[in-house]
Amino acid sequence: MSTKPETASTDRTETLTVREAIRAALREEMEQDEDVFVMGEDVGKFGGVLDVTDGLFEQFGGERVRDTPISEAGFVGAGVGAAATGSRPVVEVMFSDFLGVAGEQIMNQMSKMRYMFGGKIEMPVTVRTTEGGGMGAASQHSGTPHTWFAHFPGLKAVTPGTPAAAKGLLKSAIRSNDPVFFFENKMMYEQSGEVPTDPGYTLPIGEASVEREGEDVTVVATQRLVGESLDVADDLAGETSVEVIDLRSLYPLDTDTLADSIRKTGRMVVADESPLSYGVHAEVITRMVENEFFSLDAPLQRVGVPDTHIPFSTPLEDEVVPDGDDVRDAISQVV
Amino acid sequence: MSSISIEDTDGRREILRRMLTIREFDSTAGDLFADGEIPGFVHLYIGEEAVAVGACAALDEEDYITSTHRGHGHCIAKGLDPNRMMAELFGRRDGYCNGKGGSMHIADVEANMLGANGIVGAGPPLATGAALTSQFKGEDRVALAFLGDGAVAQGQVHEAINLAATWDLPAVFLVENNHFGEGTPADEQHNIENLSETAESYNIPGFTVDGMDVTAVNEAVAEARDRARNGEGPTLIEADTYRYRGHFEGDPEPYRDEEDVQQWRDRDPIDTFAERLIDRGDLTEEELDEMRSEVQAEIEAAVEYARDADLPEPSEAYDDMFGEPVPEIEQFASRLRADGAGGE
Repeated sequence: MSTKPETASTDRTETLTVREAIRAALREEMEQDEDVFVMGEDVGKFGGVLDVTDGLFEQFGGERVRDTPISEAGFVGAGVGAAATGSRPVVEVMFSDFLGVAGEQIMNQMSKMRYMFGGKIEMPVTVRTTEGGGMGAASQHSGTPHTWFAHFPGLKAVTPGTPAAAKGLLKSAIRSNDPVFFFENKMMYEQSGEVPTDPGYTLPIGEASVEREGEDVTVVATQRLVGESLDVADDLAGETSVEVIDLRSLYPLDTDTLADSIRKTGRMVVADESPLSYGVHAEVITRMVENEFFSLDAPLQRVGVPDTHIPFSTPLEDEVVPDGDDVRDAISQVV
Repeated sequence: MSSISIEDTDGRREILRRMLTIREFDSTAGDLFADGEIPGFVHLYIGEEAVAVGACAALDEEDYITSTHRGHGHCIAKGLDPNRMMAELFGRRDGYCNGKGGSMHIADVEANMLGANGIVGAGPPLATGAALTSQFKGEDRVALAFLGDGAVAQGQVHEAINLAATWDLPAVFLVENNHFGEGTPADEQHNIENLSETAESYNIPGFTVDGMDVTAVNEAVAEARDRARNGEGPTLIEADTYRYRGHFEGDPEPYRDEEDVQQWRDRDPIDTFAERLIDRGDLTEEELDEMRSEVQAEIEAAVEYARDADLPEPSEAYDDMFGEPVPEIEQFASRLRADGAGGE
């Protein structure tokens, strides 16, 4: 919808993890466009603290895979200035919890320059960052703040739920002339799946994907909860027919695909690992109420983080980070 | 080659003309604001003309600048059209930002002017990024950030200079010390005497020049630009200058008295430079008067241009958010229109 569809074959695929899919997207885009460069903390020789950029420094060198000082406001801001002057930077912010450190450059410069200058500038910057609980990293390395960026005017936000989505969406983000935030749930890096090999393969920003068709209830999920919801759907097969949608893009949001689904099922669970109040859940549900009120057969349900931070100790973390069991419970509330 | 050479008569006359244009533009903008013709906030550059013009004369047209909330002077010094600037102050569609930016956000990316900026200290990271593009693409361009004395206390300014210094980026950071950060004297906001001393912590050259002397600013920036272009990295320059007007128009200015202002007016950057040009025979008193009249007429014409220019249609409020359209904006806007609550 927002990114021009590419004509590319999706017939030939390879099995990649999410980590490998992101790395492949970065490599392919850097190979095909010399204006693309990557910068962030430890992305170069170190290969990224979670190994995502491993090998890119060796292939492209330090000019295009730049280690920055630990100064998010400075290097995110430099990404904005570089994008405004004809470069196509991919800025890695190691953990999304650190995005606030660069808040001024994101909120007042990156998001507003195009509009404030009367549309006479492009802002082709991609911000990659990691999200999510589940590894005992405690509150300052486990947050899931993607709602802030989906909510803030002038920014686009994507949250891939599969390796193929990760590759296709990152390539679109890098090619986009708009600022795109690319949120990687770090518990997904080892998840593997089939990914198209054609370098022309991209996925449009603003389209959701029906990952599994069903009749009784729609689960709209993001990131790690897509896979968990697919597992739940498998478990419930024969008992309850669950349709699973990978939302993929938080902004723009694909209302049409969601509406088509709820017209069929009449029931919806929204599963997103972010705080429940005022979030992605609320936006999806509002759009269904606005557009498809008379298709609803049961109250809409949401699965997420109960407005807490992510604690350190394992039993506490397990309590608040949503998983497939929470999705299953929510389904049971409405069917 | 710089865009305006202070080494020749024509260049010196053009430098004087641009300083006069800034003075006239901002005096007029102040009057129009007082009369209620310009909405929002207006921050005037009067008294600081030598800094913008001295600096931009030392830059090439391809070089980038970033600006501040007090940006009219930087725009004129960079060669922007007063008609379209004034139209922007009036919120007209023909303004540089189609009426979406106003006084504090005038930008002309085609002229490599990357925007006035409503956030203190936000420009230096952008300049560092522009310098990064130049280095990354192997271009010769330099990026100069204008920043105020208040911005030196901002964390992102430190980060931007550190990054540029660490990567030897072709950047120049030009601090306009006009002695007040909003309503608080600069020496109550910093624990060092000269703000250029901060350069030591980045291991880059830093020096303070007389910001009332356009020649001194020009020489300093020319030297910094040469260093930047030779791959020797950024320079931090402090220009010691003075803001004749309040922080914003309407500021009651309880923090100073008229005597302070008068002391600086005695060293007025335009009068002193004009005298120097007359002394050396670059122009006569009559030619100076003529130049003043021409500038006055030019700004009067800009006001007329702005007054006559079209206001934007309300529906244009929904344009320019993204390069690629998003369905949300169109849908929300069309619902407003359908309800009669907004839009067309």
